[in-house]
Amino acid sequence: MTPAFLIFMIIGTVAVASSFLVISMRNPVHSALFLLLTFLCVAVLFIMKGAEFVGAVQVLVYAGGIMVLFLFVVMLINVRHLPDERVLSAFWKGGFAVGAAVFILLLTVVRPGVYADPAPNSAQKLKTVSTYRMRRTHMPDGSVVRHRVRRNTVEGNSEAVAMVLYREYLVPFEIASLFLLVAMIGAIVIGKRELGAIEEETAPDFILDRVETEKEVKERFSD
Amino acid sequence: MIEAAPSTAAYLMLSGTLFAVGLIGVIIRRNMITVLMAIELMLNAVNINLVAFSSRLGSLEGQIFAIFIITVAAGEAAVGLAIIIQLYRLRSTINVDEARELNG
Repeated sequence: MTPAFLIFMIIGTVAVASSFLVISMRNPVHSALFLLLTFLCVAVLFIMKGAEFVGAVQVLVYAGGIMVLFLFVVMLINVRHLPDERVLSAFWKGGFAVGAAVFILLLTVVRPGVYADPAPNSAQKLKTVSTYRMRRTHMPDGSVVRHRVRRNTVEGNSEAVAMVLYREYLVPFEIASLFLLVAMIGAIVIGKRELGAIEEETAPDFILDRVETEKEVKERFSD
Repeated sequence: MIEAAPSTAAYLMLSGTLFAVGLIGVIIRRNMITVLMAIELMLNAVNINLVAFSSRLGSLEGQIFAIFIITVAAGEAAVGLAIIIQLYRLRSTINVDEARELNG
């Protein structure tokens, strides 16, 4: 057993165990912290496979951004937990059955011998940056032919990902940025507080109290 | 890359396990925030698959798509949490089983 495989076993065990704890904790804050642990373990696994940039993005975006968002929402809505409240859904038996079936399916689909041989120089290819240049060649008959030459240099994973992302996948990248803009606008529009006449009937008391207080304050200061 | 990194099959098995755990969490939990966390777990399992095959094939496309999936997960978390906040304002619950007005 190589040291790398030992590290993989430890990190993978921690990832699976903490993912089990994510879905079994009663308090959402504890779930969020175990989810953070899972994300960090997965980032380590990415880096072990040579995907250093994806590992860094995983830590920055998931552990830094999404996790803070989750914790904000958990603390914002402040759900009170009754001790005898049921955690599981009404059809939890079916859920376990479907999950076990998918688990067995995914494990039987994996056939260890098929993926055993890695492609030649696969570790080098993940770090190779290809640059293109036009080169002129003077032909013997006096004409000049321009043709493209490719030069491969081994730089690093981040440079290689950047070259592919900004050259071959430029349009999907721009669409992704547009998607983020739309998601941001949608989140603001959905999450905006808007108390109409219909909603006041079902709004919780503390919001109505707050609205009343805001009205009083406004009236007092408008005089 | 670490020399003699674990095989692709080991990564695929780990990814399948994480995906199944996330799927179970999506189905059995009643707390909507935990359901969203389980969805993030499933997306992460898919990312493990993509990165493992990227390393196996010596091609960077898998890592590019992993980055796109992370982008989509960020947007999905933002919109989903906004929906949860609005549901809590209107119904003062985040229980999945009680939000069934669209149930025919």
